[in-house]
Amino acid sequence: MSVTDAQTPIWRHRTPKARLALWGGWLACVALFVWCWEMMTQRTIWAFVYDAPRAAGDLLGRAVPPKWDYIDSLIWPLWDTMNIATLGTLLGIILAVPLAFLAANNTTPSRLVLRPIALFLIVASRSINSLIWALLLVSILGPGILAGIIAIGLRSVGFIGKLLYEAIEETDVKQVEAVTATGASQAQILNYAIVPQVLPTFYGISVFRWDINIRESAILGLVGAGGIGLQLQASMSVLAWNQVSLILLVILGTVVLSEWVSAKVRHAII
Amino acid sequence: MSDATTYPTRWRKPPMMVKSRFWRIALTLGAIVYLALALSTVEVNWARVVEGMSRAQRFIAGFLQPDFTSRSRDIWIGIGESLTMTFTSTVVGVLISIPIGLGAARNIAPRPVYLVCRSIIAISRSLQEVIIAIFFVALFGFGAFAGFLTLSFATIGFIGKLLAEDIEDIDEKQAEAIRATGANWVQLVNYGVQPQVMPRLIGLSLYRLDINFRESAVIGIVGAGGIGGTLNTALGRYEYDTAGAILLIIIAIVMLAEYSSGYLRRFLK
Amino acid sequence: MLKIDGLGKTYKTGDKALSDVSFEIPKGEVLGLIGPSGAGKSTLIRCINRLVQPTTGKVLLNDLNITGLRTGELRRARRRIGMIFQEYALVERLTVMENVLSGRLGYVGFWRSFLRKYPEKDVANAYRLLDRVGLMQHADKRADALSGGQRQRVGIARALAQDPELLLIDEPTASLDPKTSRQIMRLIVEICRERGLPAIINIHDVVLAQQFSDRIIGLQAGRVVFDGVPSDLTEDALTLIYGAEDWTAMRKGAAEDAEAEAEEQAQTEKMMGAL
Repeated sequence: MSVTDAQTPIWRHRTPKARLALWGGWLACVALFVWCWEMMTQRTIWAFVYDAPRAAGDLLGRAVPPKWDYIDSLIWPLWDTMNIATLGTLLGIILAVPLAFLAANNTTPSRLVLRPIALFLIVASRSINSLIWALLLVSILGPGILAGIIAIGLRSVGFIGKLLYEAIEETDVKQVEAVTATGASQAQILNYAIVPQVLPTFYGISVFRWDINIRESAILGLVGAGGIGLQLQASMSVLAWNQVSLILLVILGTVVLSEWVSAKVRHAII
Repeated sequence: MSDATTYPTRWRKPPMMVKSRFWRIALTLGAIVYLALALSTVEVNWARVVEGMSRAQRFIAGFLQPDFTSRSRDIWIGIGESLTMTFTSTVVGVLISIPIGLGAARNIAPRPVYLVCRSIIAISRSLQEVIIAIFFVALFGFGAFAGFLTLSFATIGFIGKLLAEDIEDIDEKQAEAIRATGANWVQLVNYGVQPQVMPRLIGLSLYRLDINFRESAVIGIVGAGGIGGTLNTALGRYEYDTAGAILLIIIAIVMLAEYSSGYLRRFLK
Repeated sequence: MLKIDGLGKTYKTGDKALSDVSFEIPKGEVLGLIGPSGAGKSTLIRCINRLVQPTTGKVLLNDLNITGLRTGELRRARRRIGMIFQEYALVERLTVMENVLSGRLGYVGFWRSFLRKYPEKDVANAYRLLDRVGLMQHADKRADALSGGQRQRVGIARALAQDPELLLIDEPTASLDPKTSRQIMRLIVEICRERGLPAIINIHDVVLAQQFSDRIIGLQAGRVVFDGVPSDLTEDALTLIYGAEDWTAMRKGAAEDAEAEAEEQAQTEKMMGAL
């Protein structure tokens, strides 16, 4: 830094007031963090935490090598997992499409009643994870893959619905205007002006959600909603860690594969 | 052009996606066969479903008339744990993900560092939060600390990847200009990268805060503390009115978070 | 015949877009509507088919009062009015044929249009129109695969597919190069002559307006300030419409465009002769 005389003002990034506010903000964040940490760790049993490295070594020793011949009993659960994801995604699409048209500003038939309801349903579905839906549905329908499919479907509604209604709201007004000017009815305007514009986005969203659903459906078995998660739960409850490690490898492989498929399909569509 | 020209009276929309007729038929058939097979695996125990309908009714009734009071202590402890572990894990996760994100950006990191950071991100991203939580619970015992670790770990993969992509997309000219002044690596990051990436990083962190809260409600089911545990207990006891109350609280907090993070992002811009 | 009587439009923001606009168009007349941007040209033609709701006044299409119609009747009235848009406004992701057939939407039921099973007469007519605008071989292409001039031709075919009694044309040449602009204008005027169609062309290019229309109306701040034949459009009249500006320069530029086009045509003819 060179010496500056009184004439040349010292260059500063921000005004003093803004800097003060910024520092205040950071300080508040740190204070909040410390307080949250205290709250959170109140009930932590530190002995377990200190013991963790030894426990980790122990676990690893028992998990490796994976029990390869266990793979035979994983084929059908894996097939169930795929089905839960696919059928769940289809269910989600069927429910989400009408909801998205009700929620979009430019296509909703009633701005005061139906739109807020549709928006609330979308938010509600998005806030609740598929595992929670599954927990609920298993308690209602009993264990099995039906509960899993519905859980995945209900969670997908919010995701697909939100992205789709945003796409509908972003459609080009001029194309809609042009179709309106031909004397088309409301349904025809939807079919000719709006649907063609959102179709590519819709396909993209659906495939993307399917990819996410493959991951989610792999764990639904933990609460009894079918699929490979059931095997995971069973193996863990008997502490068969070498089976657990194999299951994790299988899940990992499926996830990587589905990600690859979804990327390929999205690329082909768009 | 004469009036005598006759024009076709039929028009069929040409196929847009799959041009070959063979593949169109094959794909359609394949889809139908798959759907039939998949649907046939769905076994429905109708007796159990009928029995469940009365529970469904009670659940809907519980959702419409939620009971916030009789288990209020458990609910408050759960919410408190969820919120505190959401905040702490986001902060820690973001702090760790910054060096990892820098390391995973091809344009500024040396090759070995790049590979290590990318694999950390890949592991964190491909494992479900719930699966990670199971392991942390097994290692660190039940409670919020395991949840905190889970969410921090998941945050690293999420923020690290997006941050690295952002850094790879930065305007090379600006970085070049800084490099040309003879700046060292730290100065390069500070002047050439940080100003371009910072607003996005704040936005992503707020987004992740929102996700972490939602996830905190889930990992409780496998014993990692928070509101999920409370919910699991309530459902296990068939206390649908308490469960309804908990779900409504989760929805309200998510809505609030979404609204305020949108506001905050606009404010910070 | 179209009669506009005391038409006025005030937007919710309080902006007065049109006030007391009245004129009549007899059958077969091509009317050029000129004026600076913001003068209300676009609002005026949108008030005629009620894409914009006029606040006061009447629009009479062959004695049918369009301003008073309810939803169903309005749809039936709209199908009698063809509209051609600035920047084409085609449905980009549909085929050219679907875009042309969409001109028949007001005439067919939902399921027919949904399944793309239009009456044979409509399909044959759509092909004839595509042939007329020179796009016969592009019928199965997607609209976004065409060039600007070609897209506007599809727009024209779509409007004509409606079998309209009136054409509303909003800045047809706004995003086209000078040469294509002329071709499009020529095509529109030719078609209007063939069918005896009245048309209102909202156009910012004074020279094109003078060259191609039978009559010109000048709008200024939502009021009609000029109404006459193109030859009456003097410097004074233009100054009244646009305010003081150098019109000679603009004219000169357009004249050069026309000359260049003529030269190019001569060149092509020469090359054809050489073949």
